[in-house]
Amino acid sequence: MAHDHVSYTLDSTLETVNNAEETAGRMAAAAGFDDEEIMKISMAVREAAVNAVLHGNAYDPNKKVTLAFERTASDLVITIRDQGKGLEASKIPDPLAPENLMKTSGRGIFLIRSFMDVVEIHPSQTGTELRMIKHVRGNAESKEALQ
Amino acid sequence: MTMKSSTRQVDGVTIVDLSGRITLGEGSVVLRDTVRDLLSKGQKKILLNLGDVNYIDSSGIGELVSAFTTAKNQGGELKLLNLTKKVHDLLQITKLYTVFDVKDDEASAVKSFNH
Repeated sequence: MAHDHVSYTLDSTLETVNNAEETAGRMAAAAGFDDEEIMKISMAVREAAVNAVLHGNAYDPNKKVTLAFERTASDLVITIRDQGKGLEASKIPDPLAPENLMKTSGRGIFLIRSFMDVVEIHPSQTGTELRMIKHVRGNAESKEALQ
Repeated sequence: MTMKSSTRQVDGVTIVDLSGRITLGEGSVVLRDTVRDLLSKGQKKILLNLGDVNYIDSSGIGELVSAFTTAKNQGGELKLLNLTKKVHDLLQITKLYTVFDVKDDEASAVKSFNH
C-alpha cells in the first residue's frame, strides 16, 4: 500500500528513538533507496529523534514528538518536531574543530547533515522542527515500485 | 539487538569482544561499564574488538571517545580492532579515525601494547 504522507505522534522516550529509526528504514526501503542510503536515512532520523526526545523534550511525558514522512516525485521528506525550547543551529559547536574533537557529544546534527541532502532547522518558542530531504535517484522507477 | 560484551586476556592485554549496537541507552552503558570496570581492576591495556559491531550512533561515538580519554587519563591505553565499514566510515567523517589507534590484526595489535 502506498503512503504519500504519513505522520506519527510519539512519546518522549528511548523507545521512540528506536521506533523512529526502524520506521525510517522501512520508508526508505519502500522509496527505493539502496542499503547504504537506507542506513544513512535511518541513522539521520535516529539522531533527529535523539535530539527531539533528549534535548528538545527532555524526556517530559507531557511533551510529544511528531514524525512525518512525505514521498514526493523526487524526494523523501522527513520532518521531526519536538515541543522543547527551540534549538539554535548557530549555537551548535563544530564537532570537527580541534577543540571539540574529543568531546563526548555534539555530533548528532553534523551526522544528519552528512547523511541527508537538505537539512533545515526551524526553531520556535514552541519547539524545533527539523526537516530532512533525501533525493530519490531514478525516482520514476522507484515511485512506480512504491505504488 | 542490543550489545554483548565479553573479555579475554592475551599477553597482558584485555581484549573486549563487542557485538551488536553501540547506541544511546543500553549499548553505550555496557561499553562504559566494561571499560570502567577493567580500569578499576588495573587492566589498563584495552583492545576493543568491534568486528561484530554493526551499528553505532553519535552516542556510541561519544562513548568510544570517553573510553579512550578515561583510559589515557588513568595511564592506560585503549585501541580499536576490526572496524566494520560502517564504523570505519563514521570515524572518518567525524575525524576521529586518526585520533584512535586502529588495528586490523589481533596478534599485531596485542604486540603493539608491549612496545
